[in-house]
Amino acid sequence: MGEVALHNLRKTYNKDTVLAVSDVSFTVKKGELFGLIGPDGAGKSSIFRMLTTLLLPDGGSASVNGYDIVKDYKEIRKSIGYMPGKFSLYQDLSVEENLNFFATVFNTSIEENYELIKDIYVQLEPFKDRRAGKLSGGMKQKLALCCALIHRPVILFLDEPTTGVDTVSRKEFWEMLKRLKEQGITILVSTPYMDEATLCERIALIQDGKIMSIDTPEHIVSQYPDPLFAIKSDNMSHLLGALREHPLVKSCNAFGEYHHISFLATSEEVKKELLSLLADKEFKNAELKPIQPTIEDCFIQLMNH
Amino acid sequence: MKMLCGLSNPTSGNATIAGFDIYRDTEKIKRSIGYMSQKFSLYEDLTVIENIKFFGGIYGLKDREIEVKGNILVEQLNLGDEAKKLVGSLPLGWKQKLAFSVAVLHEPKIVFLDEPTGGVDPVTRRQFWDLIYAAADRGITVFVTTHYMDEAEYCNRISMMVDGVIKALDTPTRLKEQFSAASMDEVFYELARGAKRKAD
Repeated sequence: MGEVALHNLRKTYNKDTVLAVSDVSFTVKKGELFGLIGPDGAGKSSIFRMLTTLLLPDGGSASVNGYDIVKDYKEIRKSIGYMPGKFSLYQDLSVEENLNFFATVFNTSIEENYELIKDIYVQLEPFKDRRAGKLSGGMKQKLALCCALIHRPVILFLDEPTTGVDTVSRKEFWEMLKRLKEQGITILVSTPYMDEATLCERIALIQDGKIMSIDTPEHIVSQYPDPLFAIKSDNMSHLLGALREHPLVKSCNAFGEYHHISFLATSEEVKKELLSLLADKEFKNAELKPIQPTIEDCFIQLMNH
Repeated sequence: MKMLCGLSNPTSGNATIAGFDIYRDTEKIKRSIGYMSQKFSLYEDLTVIENIKFFGGIYGLKDREIEVKGNILVEQLNLGDEAKKLVGSLPLGWKQKLAFSVAVLHEPKIVFLDEPTGGVDPVTRRQFWDLIYAAADRGITVFVTTHYMDEAEYCNRISMMVDGVIKALDTPTRLKEQFSAASMDEVFYELARGAKRKAD
């Protein structure tokens, strides 16, 4: 049995008119770093709220640390840490007061579990008398993580911890998660950033309340159905439309500097023909090279099927 | 961005928008620009059509123009079936596309987009950029903020801001060359690391 196991879990809103989570099943193993990857409105937070016993499911079942999410909610609340997507600490308490408060609520003290949060808390300590509301985004997120950890939970639920946080703090945050995982804590994390998917051991890609794929990031990427190429030239915005209309092009999506493109047939002639065709039009300096798909490529491909 | 839109006064320095001074000509500026933010863009408890009428009126369009342009907009965005539904009931991606189209309904000289694609799915995010490209092709200047570094590469030129200071301003290609970086994410990481505010 997994540390977290969902069986056809379902959540509806507005008198059953909105299906937020559609019969979702997956298992998270003990000590795993598991990512739930999907855009806003995909159902990530609803899943997290059901697993953390804050919301009752409308169908199916789930267990967390061996306990049923409906029957055994009291046991679950003792053994998990939860960091909601919205900053939910007390803005008018100081850093230290917040941490103390959460420790006390769980019948413990900062001293008792200091080892677990030490790495993170040392960065906060210079500001321990500052009100939580006055911290920067990155610091708020670190404090929220400390508060979620202070009772030494077995499982950690982190709902979009890196949304709206700067690049440097995001990188630091993932480093912290890796270290927590080494301590044996099971971690479920959700994110709308596709590039963070590769930092998880296993991921579930979720859209419209349904899981599209669950696997290791490497496996999901290796299952991309077609050889993929990157193409760039002058007039990138017009190039996108021109390529999409080309009869041999299967898909073409903008990916920053390059467009990612797949073909219905990938012989060398096809590619040569395409490049010479482009050179005849407004698309000078065309360049085409084979690439590895990213998780975002996979997500788009799965969404379109 | 708020200073440039005439919503906030600078402490010092000068700027002009579409030739208008940001201290003196705030009303003229407001008539020359479109503005869309991630947080506030449309009234959730008005329908699609009502929002178009409302914002069209605010931007000074005549009723007849609003009707013609509104119909074209609804058709372009495939919102025919949703035109009379409350905006609050639409998926986030549709809201954002509608909000952008409303912000350029009066064909402003410049449109300001404040993190328009946060949290939107990858397919919709790309449809959104298609709309931005189309507006730029029509001659509208687009000023956009984003924290998706890969999106920076869709722009002709970008400025990277760290702690209130422009640390770099150039084309994405030249910035990557300058920092010997493979992606904009790396460029930003190099710029921001070590430059973090002491009072963080």
